[in-house]
Amino acid sequence: MNNTVSPVVEVRQLHFTRGKRKIFDGVDLDIQRGKITAIMGPSGTGKTTLLRLIGGQLRPNEGSVVVDGQRVDKLRHDPLYQLRKRMGMLFQNGALLTDMNVFDNVAFPLREHTQLSEELIRDLVLMKLHSVGLRGAWRLMPSELSGGMSRRVALARAIVLDPMIMMYDEPFTGQDPISMGVLVRLIRQLNDALGLTSIIVSHDITETLTIADYIYLLSDGKVVGHGTAAELGGSQSEWAQQFLKGLPDGPVPFHYPAPDYLTDLLATAGEK
Amino acid sequence: MLFNSLQNLGQQGLDFLQRLGRGHILFMHILAGLPGLMARFGLVIQQVFSVGVLSIVIILVSGLFVGMVLGLQGYNTLVDFGAEESLGVVVSLSLVRELGPVVTALLFAGRAGSALTAEIGLMKATEQLSAMEMMAVDPVRRILAPRFVAGFISMPLLAAIFSAVGVLGGFFVGVGLLGVDEGAYWSQMQANVDLYDDIYNGVIKSVVFGIVVTWIALFEGYDAIPTSEGVSRATTRTVVHSSLAVLSLDFILTALMFGA
Repeated sequence: MNNTVSPVVEVRQLHFTRGKRKIFDGVDLDIQRGKITAIMGPSGTGKTTLLRLIGGQLRPNEGSVVVDGQRVDKLRHDPLYQLRKRMGMLFQNGALLTDMNVFDNVAFPLREHTQLSEELIRDLVLMKLHSVGLRGAWRLMPSELSGGMSRRVALARAIVLDPMIMMYDEPFTGQDPISMGVLVRLIRQLNDALGLTSIIVSHDITETLTIADYIYLLSDGKVVGHGTAAELGGSQSEWAQQFLKGLPDGPVPFHYPAPDYLTDLLATAGEK
Repeated sequence: MLFNSLQNLGQQGLDFLQRLGRGHILFMHILAGLPGLMARFGLVIQQVFSVGVLSIVIILVSGLFVGMVLGLQGYNTLVDFGAEESLGVVVSLSLVRELGPVVTALLFAGRAGSALTAEIGLMKATEQLSAMEMMAVDPVRRILAPRFVAGFISMPLLAAIFSAVGVLGGFFVGVGLLGVDEGAYWSQMQANVDLYDDIYNGVIKSVVFGIVVTWIALFEGYDAIPTSEGVSRATTRTVVHSSLAVLSLDFILTALMFGA
């Protein structure tokens, strides 16, 4: 198999429903090895759900999710956990284990999955913390970290086993400009230095477009556009233009579906 | 109207059965994780500390007062029949057979069970459990299984402490305050409390209660809706459901052990 061209993640005809709500209705996408691929779309389009489907935390109703040649949606418990050792995920709030300090959080996957000596674990943890700029914070507890620092510690923890794929769930949300700049640079640097494949789920257009090699736009359970930042910028799709330019009204209406405005205002309180 | 009520009733019945099913699947999953704990018993020891050792104070204080009340009430009843020297038997049998396991289990549900549910529920709400799954660490084996074993170990020990302190409480009141003969208090107890019928049965009860309360607490936390309201409801359910389960199981076990 030629690793430089074969996609590391292949999603085909993905259908997924939660309760009565259809989240995905026939999604196809490929994540190319070594690249940063962004999955973008408005809130509530199931971007995080897609990451959970790729990580095998959810199972699709129909369709297939293949990661590095393995059907994630068909894998049983043990092979799935083996595959996850090669996947890293950065959660939106960091999801650090609150009863451990920074050092133990980053060391956690090493202690769980390897027989390395404590000396070696110490060196590896400090190297990973150094790469996210937080080597000096190893003693701190998660409650003592700012939001941006928590995310960087979580990033160090996610890459400590040198994964093949790194998934980022809304990495830029709620960050100040400095933290945002640090994260953008880190994601690009780590991807290139460690030879990762990165998937970023986000609706922060400016930051994501600066680092993504390829972008998928999701809306209403479907892929409504894909391409490089330049290709999407020149897209004729009204939806893509509304999303990328942040226009308040367009194919995605400003108003939630509602009865006629005048009729609603004239209705008596009892009818409500 | 009638149709809607029937529909709601049916829905509630289905929800209950689904939860019961999920609870049993989780129980099996926890049991499957137990062999792996043998190599990492340190995890269990940590939990025995937070589930068991930190509950000792409430158990000691409650056991002492329950024993003192038993001494007082028992004396007032027995003295009418001139049988106050049997106070030691009354106090010890009440504690070893019933009050020790049952009251300890109720206190355990309130102190340790609610803490377990809140801890697991908050770990779920803050995505710590999801993060573990994505780090290829099974949270049921790493987080739930050690807590389950800790509950299983701690509960009979706490019940034993409760009963022992209760017997001392009865002694302080009966012998110390009310003048029951000290020798009679201990010797009648020694003669009439049977190791198999009374103490072993009490231990069996406390082991069963320990399993049930810890299982309910872990399931409620793991199955909680991951919001602050969801965790709060789950914590309440742990205490209510555990208490009801303990009281109803106590009747069933008592009927099986002493009913015939």
